[in-house]
Amino acid sequence: MEIKVTLNGKKMVASVEPDTLLIDFVRHHGCLSVKRGCETANCGLCTVLMDGVPVLSCSVLAARANGHSIQTLEGLQEEANEFIGFIADQGAEQCGFCNPGYVMNTIALLRENPDPTDDEIKAYLAGNLCRCSGYEGQLRGIRNYLNWKKEAHNG
Amino acid sequence: MAEYKVIGKSMRKKDAMQLLLGKPVFTDDIVPQDALVVKVLRSPHANAMIEKIDTSKAMLVPGIAAVYTYEDSSQERFTMAGQTYPEPSPRDRLLLDRHLRFVGDAVAIVAGETEKAVDRAMKLIKVEYEVLEPLLDFRKAKDNPILVHPEDSWNAPCPVGADNKRNLCASDSGGEGDVEAVMAECDQIIEHTYHVKACQQAMMETFRTYTEIDRYGRLHVVSSTQIVFHCRRIIANALGIPKSKIHVEKPRIGGGFGAKQTVVAEVYPAFVTWKTGRAAKMIYTRQECQIAASPRHAMDVTVRLGAMNDGTIRALDVYTLSNTGAYGEHGPTTVGLSGHKSIPLYTGGLEAFRFSYDVVYTNVQSSGAYRGYGATQGIFAVESAVNELAARLQMDPTVLREKNIVREGMVMPAYYHEVANACALDQCIAKCKEIFDWDAKYPVRDMGNGKVRAAGMALSMQGSSISGVDVGSATIKLGDEGFYNLIIGAADMGTGCDTILAMIAAETLDCSPDDIVVFGADTDASPYDSGSYASSTTYLTGKATEKACMELREKMCAIAANILECDASELEFRGDGVYKLGSDEFVSRSDIATASMANNCIPAQATVSHSSPVSPPPFMVGMAEIELDKETGSVQVLNFSSVVDCGIPIAENLARIQAEGGIVQGIGMALSEDVTYTPDGQVIENSFMQYKIPTRLDIGTLHVEFAHSHEPTGPYGAKSIGEVVINTSAPALAHAIFRATGVWHRCLPITPEKILMEKNDD
Amino acid sequence: MLKIANYVRAKSLEEAYTLAQKRTNVILGGMLWLKMQNRSVQTAIDLCDLGLDKIEEQDDCFSIGAMVSLRALEMHPGLNALTQGAMAEAVKHIVGVQFRNLATLGGSLYGRFGFSDVLTLFQVLDAEVELYHHGIMKINDFAQLPRTTRDLLVRVIVPKRSMRVCYLSQRNTATDFPVVACAVSETDGKYLCAVGARPGAAVVFTDEQGLLCGGITQESAEAFGKEIANRASFGSNTRASAAYRKQVCAVLVRRCLMQIKEG
Repeated sequence: MEIKVTLNGKKMVASVEPDTLLIDFVRHHGCLSVKRGCETANCGLCTVLMDGVPVLSCSVLAARANGHSIQTLEGLQEEANEFIGFIADQGAEQCGFCNPGYVMNTIALLRENPDPTDDEIKAYLAGNLCRCSGYEGQLRGIRNYLNWKKEAHNG
Repeated sequence: MAEYKVIGKSMRKKDAMQLLLGKPVFTDDIVPQDALVVKVLRSPHANAMIEKIDTSKAMLVPGIAAVYTYEDSSQERFTMAGQTYPEPSPRDRLLLDRHLRFVGDAVAIVAGETEKAVDRAMKLIKVEYEVLEPLLDFRKAKDNPILVHPEDSWNAPCPVGADNKRNLCASDSGGEGDVEAVMAECDQIIEHTYHVKACQQAMMETFRTYTEIDRYGRLHVVSSTQIVFHCRRIIANALGIPKSKIHVEKPRIGGGFGAKQTVVAEVYPAFVTWKTGRAAKMIYTRQECQIAASPRHAMDVTVRLGAMNDGTIRALDVYTLSNTGAYGEHGPTTVGLSGHKSIPLYTGGLEAFRFSYDVVYTNVQSSGAYRGYGATQGIFAVESAVNELAARLQMDPTVLREKNIVREGMVMPAYYHEVANACALDQCIAKCKEIFDWDAKYPVRDMGNGKVRAAGMALSMQGSSISGVDVGSATIKLGDEGFYNLIIGAADMGTGCDTILAMIAAETLDCSPDDIVVFGADTDASPYDSGSYASSTTYLTGKATEKACMELREKMCAIAANILECDASELEFRGDGVYKLGSDEFVSRSDIATASMANNCIPAQATVSHSSPVSPPPFMVGMAEIELDKETGSVQVLNFSSVVDCGIPIAENLARIQAEGGIVQGIGMALSEDVTYTPDGQVIENSFMQYKIPTRLDIGTLHVEFAHSHEPTGPYGAKSIGEVVINTSAPALAHAIFRATGVWHRCLPITPEKILMEKNDD
Repeated sequence: MLKIANYVRAKSLEEAYTLAQKRTNVILGGMLWLKMQNRSVQTAIDLCDLGLDKIEEQDDCFSIGAMVSLRALEMHPGLNALTQGAMAEAVKHIVGVQFRNLATLGGSLYGRFGFSDVLTLFQVLDAEVELYHHGIMKINDFAQLPRTTRDLLVRVIVPKRSMRVCYLSQRNTATDFPVVACAVSETDGKYLCAVGARPGAAVVFTDEQGLLCGGITQESAEAFGKEIANRASFGSNTRASAAYRKQVCAVLVRRCLMQIKEG
C-alpha cells in the first residue's frame, strides 16, 4: 500500500506492507539513529516524534503514519546540539545505543516543559532504559544544560 | 597525586557527539540491505536428541538461501568462551549438535533474503525429537544419572577438575592454615548459603554480527564483540578453517558487560557466508538475548566465618556451587573469583582460609561472563556474612571492617600472595561514612505510616587483568603535521577506553588528547590484545600505551638527531618537538613527521605488548539508604554513596559513570532482576516486560567519590574500575533491608513479596 | 511476529463494526499489546479518522473517545480535578511517556486485561461505556460481557459529580505492571472499591456491611480493607502470590480511604 508521510521535513510517497512497522520504515529510509532494543515496547530506544509527540516507532504501523509528520534524530540535529554537549561532558552517553531515543524524548520533554525539576525529568524519561550510565550522569547533564540556559538568560 | 596535564581530568569521549547525534556507527547500521538474514531455530526441549529433521519444505520457501542442520556441522568440539588459548573451558560445543541441551539450543540455521521468508521457513522445518528427562536443579547435578554431556568427544584439555561423567565442568579446593582448628577457637561462627541468579547483562544492543567474503576471498566479520582476536580463533575452530582466512573487526558496540566476551552469535552468519559466499547478518532478538546468551553463573556460595567476640575475623571457609548450564564457557574461571576476590578483603586478622568449588552442568542456558565474573556472587555472600557477624556482635559494621580489612603493604595469602601495593580501602570507608552521613542514617529510623529508613554497607574488590595471562598491546604512530595514530586491539564498548588510552598517550607524549587519533579493534590491523574483559584495558593496554609512547619518543629523537646531525643523547623530547640541550635548536613534531617520510629508515612508530605478573585489586565501599514500607514490602532506594579506589581515575568523569552504571546494575540484581524457569526448563523472564532492569525511577540518588592510591605497575598509578563497581549494591541493600525488617535475605532478588512474607529460617 | 494482510482506516463506525465481525479481523487500539502477539490478522481496522481522540467536557459528564491516549488522560485538568489526581496516578506508572502516547483508553478497556490500571479506576467512577452495537452500559456490565463479543467501543462517559477518589497500586518496580491495584471512590457517603491485577481483571465492591457508615476512621478503614481483601479473589503469577496480593490489597484499600478522608 502507498503512504504519504513527511519524514524529517521531506514530503514523500512510499510503498509499505500493511504490517510494516514505523521503525523498519524509517530505518529503511536512512534514519538509522532509530534503534530496536526489545520486542515488548519497554526500552524507548525507538522513540520518534509523530506530529511532534514522542512515540515508540516499534509499535506504530507505517500505515498509521500516513498523513503524519515523522521526525527522527536525523532531522533534529540542531535542536539536539543545544544540550547534548552537556551529556557528553558527563560521559553519560556511554555505549550510545540508547542515546537517540533518550535524546528524542529529552527534546520532547524540553518542548513541553522548558524548566523541569529533577523529578519531572526522571518521570518523563522513565521509559528510556539505559544499562551503562546508571542514569545519574544523564540527569546531571540535563541539569547543567538548564542551569547554563538560565545563566545565559540572566547574564 | 602527581601533577599531570591530562591524567585525572574529565574528558569528553572521542565518540560522544557522534553517538549522541545518532550517527550510523553500530553493526546493523553499516550492513548492506541485501545481506542474508540469518536466524537459528531453537530447541523447545531442555534435553532432547534430534531423531529426524526434514528441511525440504523450508527450502522451498521463496527467498530461502540455505538451511543447515547438525549433519552440515563440523564434528570437532570447541568452546565459545573468549579466553586466552588454551581456554580452560572444556571443549563441549558443536556448531550444530544432534543433542540439544537447553530450551533455546540451536537446532538449525536458516538464511534467507527477508526476515519474513526466514520466519516462514523456520515454521516449516519438521523436527522429531527424542525428548529426554532434563537435569534442571544444579544442586542435584553432581553425579546425577542424567548426563548433560555423555558424549565421548567431550574433552577438557586443561586440568580444571572437569569430568563429563559426573556433570562436572570444574572442581578444586585450596587454602592455607588449619581452618578447622582456628574455627574451633572462635567465639562466633556464621554459616549460611547465599544465592545469586543467572542475571542477564541486558546491554541495549543485542548480539549481532555481519559477515561477507572480502576482496581476497577471506571471511570478513564485523561484530559487536569485546574480543576480536579470540573471536577469530573461535570462528576458525567452529568452521574448521584456517585462522588466516578470517578478519574480525568491531564497529561501535552497544554495551557488553562481558556478554560479548563469548562468541554468542558470530558463528552462525559466519558459517552461512562461508558456505554460500553471500553476505549475511544475524541480529539477536531481545528474547534470544534472554534465553540463549551468556548470563551470570547462578551460584550458591556457602560461607563459614569464624570470629572472636571483639570482632576479629580469624577464619573464612567458602564453598561455591556454580551452575554453568549446558556448556562450560567461563565455568572453570568465573568460580575462582567467588573466593579469590572476597576472602582477601579480610586479610587483616585472617589466620586460615579454605576455598573449594564445584561447577556443574545442567540443562539450562549456558552461563558466561558478566561484570564481576564470580566476584559479585562471592562478595554478596562474604559481605553479607560479615554484616551478619556485625549484627550478632552488635558492632557498627564499619568499625568491624576497620578492624579486619586488608591494608596497604599487606601480603594477601588468599590472593596468590600478592602484596596490596596500592590500597586505600581504609580511606574509602572513612570518606564514604562522611559523604553518606553514616552515623545519622545507620541503622534505622521510623518515618511513621509503616515506613522505615535504613542503611547498609558492603566492601568490594576485583582484579586488574588476569595476571600472567592477559596481553595488552598498543601501536603509536606519528603522522603528517605531527598527529598520532593510536592503534589498539582492546574494545571500547561504551566504556571510553579509546579516550582513556588517548589520554595516557597524550600524557606520555606531552600533547593534547585531540592530537591522538584512536583506531580499533581489528585483527588485521591492531596489535594483538586479549580483548576488553577482566578489568584489563586501562591497566594493561594502558601500560602498553604508555610504554609504546616512551619508545616512540626515543624514535622521534633518533629521527631528529639525523635532522640536527647530532647524537640522540644530546636531545630531549618535549611535547611540541625535540630540543637540543644547551642550544636553541629545535625540530617540531610536524617536521619530524615530514622527515620520517623521506629518506628515512627509522620507523616513526612503536608497538609494545604488555603483560603483568600481578593483578592489583581496586577496592570500593558502597552504602545504601532505603525506605521500606513494612506493610507492602516495597523498597525505595533513596541514596547510594560509594568511594572507589581505582588507583587514580584516568578520566574522572568516565570513572564516575562506570561506578554509577555498575551500582545500578547491582541494584537491579539485588531487587528486581529475577530468573525463573518453568518445570520443563524455559526461562520465564524472556523479555524486558518480564526481566525488570532498573529504570531511572528505581535507583534513588547516586554519589560516587574516589580515594586515590598509586599502583606502581599501572599506567600513572591506575588500577581498574569496570567491574569492582557492581559488587557492593546487593550486599549493602540486603543489609539495609535487614536493618529495616530484622530479616536476612540470602537469595536474590529481594522482592517486595519476599520482604513482606519471608521470615528468617534461623 | 504480528502479520497483517490488510490495513483499513474506517470511514464510519458502521464500516468498522461490519469489518470487526470477522474473527480474523481486529480493531487497532494503541497496538502495544497486539504487536507483541504472534498472530496473523486478515484486516487491521484503524479508527484514527473517526474523531474518537477527544475528551469533551459537558455539563454533567466527560465524554472520552476510545482513541484518547493514556497520556491525554494523565494530563487532562478536568479529569484530574474530578478525581483529585487519581486519573494521573492510575496511568503514570505505565512504562513511559512514549508508551502512554500510543496506548488508548479503548484498547486498555476492551481487552479487560487483568493488569489494567485504567479499568480499575474507571470502575469506581461510575462510568458508562458506549458500544456501537450494544449501546451505553455501566462499565461494570461491560466488564462482564463475554470476551467473544465483537463490538466497537466508541467512548466512555464519566459523570461529573462531587466525589472523592483515590488510586493506589503496588508494583515490583516503578514502571512494571501492578501486582495489585486499588481504587476507591466516595460519592454522597456511598463507597465503591475496585481491585485490579488480582491478577485477574478488576472487580468492584460496595460497602455491603456498612462498615463505613460511621465515616472513615483508622479502624473502619482497616476493617473495610480487610473485608475487601477477603471478598476479592486472588491468584498467583510470576510477579506475586495470591497471599501477598491479598495482604497488600487490605493495606492499599485502607490507605485509599485514609487519603480520601484527609483529602
